[in-house]
Amino acid sequence: MKTTADETRLEQRFQQRIEQEQKIEPKDWMPDGYRKSLIRQISQHAHSEVIGMQPEGNFITRAPSLRRKAVLLSKVQDEGGHGLYLYSAAETLGTPRSELIAALQSGEAKYASIFNYPTQSWGDIGAIGWLVDGAAIVNQISLQRTSYGPYARGMVRICKEESFHQRQGYEIMIALAHGSPAQKRMAQDSLNRFYWPALMMFGPHDSESAHSARSMQWKIKRETNDDLRQKFIDQTVPQIEYLGLQHPDSEISWNEARGHYDHGEIDWNEFYAVINGNGHCNRQRITHHIRAHEDGAWVRDAITAHNEKLRKRAQQVA
Amino acid sequence: MSENELKQATLDYALRLGDDSLVLGQRISEWVSNGPFLEEDIAYGNVALDYIGRARMFYGYAAELDGERSEDDFAYLRDEREFRNFLMLELPRGDFAFSQMRQLLVDLYNTLFLAVLVASNDQTLAAIAAKAIKETRYHLRRSREWVVRLGDGTEESHRRAQNALDELWGYGHELFEMDALEQRLADCGIGVDTSLLRERWRSMLSEVLAEARLTMPEDGWAVRGGRAGYHTENLGHLLTELQFIHRAYPGCRW
Repeated sequence: MKTTADETRLEQRFQQRIEQEQKIEPKDWMPDGYRKSLIRQISQHAHSEVIGMQPEGNFITRAPSLRRKAVLLSKVQDEGGHGLYLYSAAETLGTPRSELIAALQSGEAKYASIFNYPTQSWGDIGAIGWLVDGAAIVNQISLQRTSYGPYARGMVRICKEESFHQRQGYEIMIALAHGSPAQKRMAQDSLNRFYWPALMMFGPHDSESAHSARSMQWKIKRETNDDLRQKFIDQTVPQIEYLGLQHPDSEISWNEARGHYDHGEIDWNEFYAVINGNGHCNRQRITHHIRAHEDGAWVRDAITAHNEKLRKRAQQVA
Repeated sequence: MSENELKQATLDYALRLGDDSLVLGQRISEWVSNGPFLEEDIAYGNVALDYIGRARMFYGYAAELDGERSEDDFAYLRDEREFRNFLMLELPRGDFAFSQMRQLLVDLYNTLFLAVLVASNDQTLAAIAAKAIKETRYHLRRSREWVVRLGDGTEESHRRAQNALDELWGYGHELFEMDALEQRLADCGIGVDTSLLRERWRSMLSEVLAEARLTMPEDGWAVRGGRAGYHTENLGHLLTELQFIHRAYPGCRW
């Protein structure tokens, strides 16, 4: 039995390793809080990839050209793949995928609230790739340096694919913005609807963020919500200008002294309303996930039964 | 056949093969985020992507021969009566057993069909077949494994797999029936004589069914007409969804 003194020593050594930028690996000692925070964050990330397949999958069958259909299929398939790596990374911390999925379905675990917004037009597929994946990349680039080894390595691979996703989204927007007047309206409308929710993806202001300080200390998080958000705001301004669209934030203006864009305030009431179940798709996303999972129960049972039969037959032969 | 007639026949043939690929690819893509577990969502996405890619290659070749219309014109601007895909491919995805059983029937067929098409006197068709056959071998490995697991799994999975086979059976005959166009192309070494593939297909299928403890249905019924544009009511709805945006914004680039 370990004494409190032992625990303290272990914690000190752990924090020392973190300070020295050493990666923590699955079999290393880690504080319970660190493990829990990681499971929460990685599984939330995995769930976001998987739930995100729904709004984008919503347009696979309707993609307006065969090339776009192929690219979208490939993108959504990548998101599923990211879900798999991330579930595996979370499993290295001792929680099986089935438990993580049960937590998603019961509502105990969260996913990115952006996917509670509906996709209504082809422009939304462009806006999601450009803005939502774009915001995700800003966050994930910083997570390539996260202190937990499997998560950091997963992020390196995921970032490469996400940058392709963002390009395909922006390419869709370019085609629309330079297309017919109706296409241009579609692009503007999608930008207007997805811009603010994309900013909300970075989470509440640092002062309001429940887990931020601890996660920064453990270097699970490497940069604060507000710093990451500012990066995204700054990089998006010239992209909107290039498209020739109107910026959805009327207060956006360059601040020479800060070297950043000043911007209007996010509607946090909307943020919390959607997180708390008032988005258009909160119920739909989870119901869909549960339905597919339940519809597939007999398939999963069949695999188990088949493997059992094979095992028994092999025994009889032997 | 004159050179022009041959060109037209080859174009029509490429369109048929493109239609088969597009319609099945579209159906399979409906599984994304609906599979029994995440790995299957990804696998279905992969197979759908292969078929959409194949449709683009066949339509692309048809567009080249046509000189005016593009791959998207063929996919998005033709109506139900002009589509020439096999009926089996347009049937709704059904349950997991139905989709995997259809896939097995199609994968076995494509394994044989593409093996002949790779030797086509038409170099473009041969090249498409050479790429497609590699994909089809993977598809077959997957659909075969699934049918065996389901057929030889639980009572429920067995019942669903047998039902699927019974429901699909009558749509299988037209895969091996030649019309005048296909006969002419087969005669000059461009197309495939599918009537010659039937026995081999049946014997390969019966091997899988035996392993899966499933029963080959009786040949009591047959529905045909896909190659003549005589479709089930399912195709119109599939095309409605597929073509909506493209048609709602005519003449646009995407």
